Amino acid sequence: MSARDRILARLNAAPVMNKPEPDVAAWFAEHRSEETPAEKAARFRHFIELAHAEVYSVSRGGWLQKLWEVLSAKQIGKLLVAPGTSHGQRAQSELSALGIDCPSYAEPIENWKETMFHDIPASFTAARGAIAETGTLILWPDADEPRLMSLVPPVHIVLLDAANIYNTLYETMQQEGWKNGLPTNSLLISGPSKTADIQQTLAYGAHGPKELVVLMIEENV
Amino acid sequence: MNAPQTPHALHFMPSAGFRARSKEVVDNPFLRQSFRGAMDFLMSKRAAQFPDPVELETLRTLGEQIRQYNLGKLPELLVQLESNLTRNGIQVHWAETPEEANQIILGLCQKHSAKLMVKGKSMVSEEIELNHAAEAAGIDALESDMGEYIVQLAHEKPSHIIMPAIHKTKEQIAKLFHENVPGVEYTDNVDALIQIGRNVLREKFLEADVGLSGVNFAVAETGTLCLVENEGNGRMCTTAPAVHIAITGIEKIVEKLDHIPPLYSLLTRSATGQNISTYFNMISGPRKAGEKDGPQEVHLVLLDNGRTQAYADEQLRKTLQCIRCGACMNHCPVYTRIGGHAYGTTYPGPIGKIISPHMLGLEATATMATASSLCGACGEVCPVKIPIPELLMRLREESFSAPHENPTMRGQGAGYNATVSAIWRGWAWVYRSPALYRLATWLGSRFNWLMPSKQGPWTSVRVPLKPAPKRLRDMLKERA
Ligand code: SF4
Repeated sequence: MSARDRILARLNAAPVMNKPEPDVAAWFAEHRSEETPAEKAARFRHFIELAHAEVYSVSRGGWLQKLWEVLSAKQIGKLLVAPGTSHGQRAQSELSALGIDCPSYAEPIENWKETMFHDIPASFTAARGAIAETGTLILWPDADEPRLMSLVPPVHIVLLDAANIYNTLYETMQQEGWKNGLPTNSLLISGPSKTADIQQTLAYGAHGPKELVVLMIEENV
Repeated sequence: MNAPQTPHALHFMPSAGFRARSKEVVDNPFLRQSFRGAMDFLMSKRAAQFPDPVELETLRTLGEQIRQYNLGKLPELLVQLESNLTRNGIQVHWAETPEEANQIILGLCQKHSAKLMVKGKSMVSEEIELNHAAEAAGIDALESDMGEYIVQLAHEKPSHIIMPAIHKTKEQIAKLFHENVPGVEYTDNVDALIQIGRNVLREKFLEADVGLSGVNFAVAETGTLCLVENEGNGRMCTTAPAVHIAITGIEKIVEKLDHIPPLYSLLTRSATGQNISTYFNMISGPRKAGEKDGPQEVHLVLLDNGRTQAYADEQLRKTLQCIRCGACMNHCPVYTRIGGHAYGTTYPGPIGKIISPHMLGLEATATMATASSLCGACGEVCPVKIPIPELLMRLREESFSAPHENPTMRGQGAGYNATVSAIWRGWAWVYRSPALYRLATWLGSRFNWLMPSKQGPWTSVRVPLKPAPKRLRDMLKERA
């Protein structure tokens, strides 16, 4: 018998204590009320700002201008982008003209890990959506916008469409049908990296981004 | 193993020496002050997260029901989890003991000729003493959570399951970094200290061959491992190296994604008083063809280590509802006074007292359950409503009752003492009979000069007990 079989045999030999499945939906229906898109956007902003993120309200046409201003204000001359996406494509073509170096995440990380860790001051990705209740961004990294883009560069700039903000994590999972399949890696991000491990003193930029900037498209919201 | 001289040692030790270590901490005003301060801070942060008592109560009930529902289906869910993880390309391993778990993990490291393993925060890896086993196998196991990194540099163990370095002051950490990290000047600026840790560990994430992590929730229906953290080191460990190995106890499983939002919310709010953690990392597979990063291999080690023993008993099974938030520790008057190291076990505080006996046997942990005033605070704050005080009573009984056939727990009766039992039986007998009771108190008041002046541990800090020369009953009679 393997360890697996022995463990399962012991569990199966234990008294059966079947409990009914609790009604999670009912709890959320009772304790969380629906909000308008504008209210959700405001709540999202409130909480993620509390967690030390910077949020800028932008328009669908105007976000690039804001991105440029943010980079200039932070004196960042290099931005990692994902040209396989429309926003990455736009950032790359327009920012390059303004003198910002916009390398692409074009190759598997093994080929350029050193550069990624030492030589990329900032990155730009989109968020799939967000959660108002906790001020949380939802990211599903993929071949175009790989996982490390939102983790290694010290500054992470995220484009979010406020039309995709949900009330709660529960509502997000329901409406997007997460149970039918998740990507290899999916992430909730609620601020820049932080720690309070030294004398309960809060410090930002522990291992992930030190700064998180959200460009929130608030048209029609 | 000898009882260590200081409150810390590289190994966890059985709770023998618990008393001596507790005394040491109680005698140290600095440690007491830092624990008191930290616990007050964590308690008020948690309270601020639950302004509505009705929401809190209903959410705790929901959390309890979710955990009990899933434990009820545990064997079937483990099989479902295994098959969905395997379908997603995650390899599943089973271990009954810490030794087996270490063998599996180190075997995987050797297969990949790994020299450096970076570790995200994982109490289960502490439970199996992975760092020690790795060292013996010539593999560098480096902690990357800031708190864990600090205690590892100091050759200590975490003193709290959520905040591992809570016993250390920034001055101590400043000195530690200055002495151990090449080229670092002394600074006790917290931001500067964190940046030092960040810079050292970044190079390690870059170099490491294997990343190890724990698991907060494993979702059976989707085959997903969920990790909760603030720093991003957990994401580094599970993303940057070519191989990711996760380890978890068999109980941390839920059937459905739907079960995650309530538990996750209870966890972060109870633990550190945050409405959510910075990162929630859901891993459902290794790097797919075409993806440019993420590990090539993902493994999950499922560990028993005594959990099936707890599972076999209806009452003790509630121990496994735990989501490791640490709130019971933060609210425990004993933990606040003696800190985490005094317990000697991986898990200190109330949760440690109820889980450690299953892992180490009552032989090594018989006295742990007695280190409680049964004030009930732990049970009141537990987000999944584990009746901790009730379980402590049960464990006391298991420890101190006469050894019998087919015990439920390993080491049952380890604390049994025939003389003490006889004295208590006599006491019960006297108290049951009014005549005997009257006679006993009469004898006590007449012969009170016979009481010894040394009365064991009682007189080490108190004056001896002596029956009054006149009984209350006699004094009342005189007044009448
Ligand atoms: S026993 Fe309850 S309070 Fe203690 S760590 Fe576990 S879940 Fe948290």
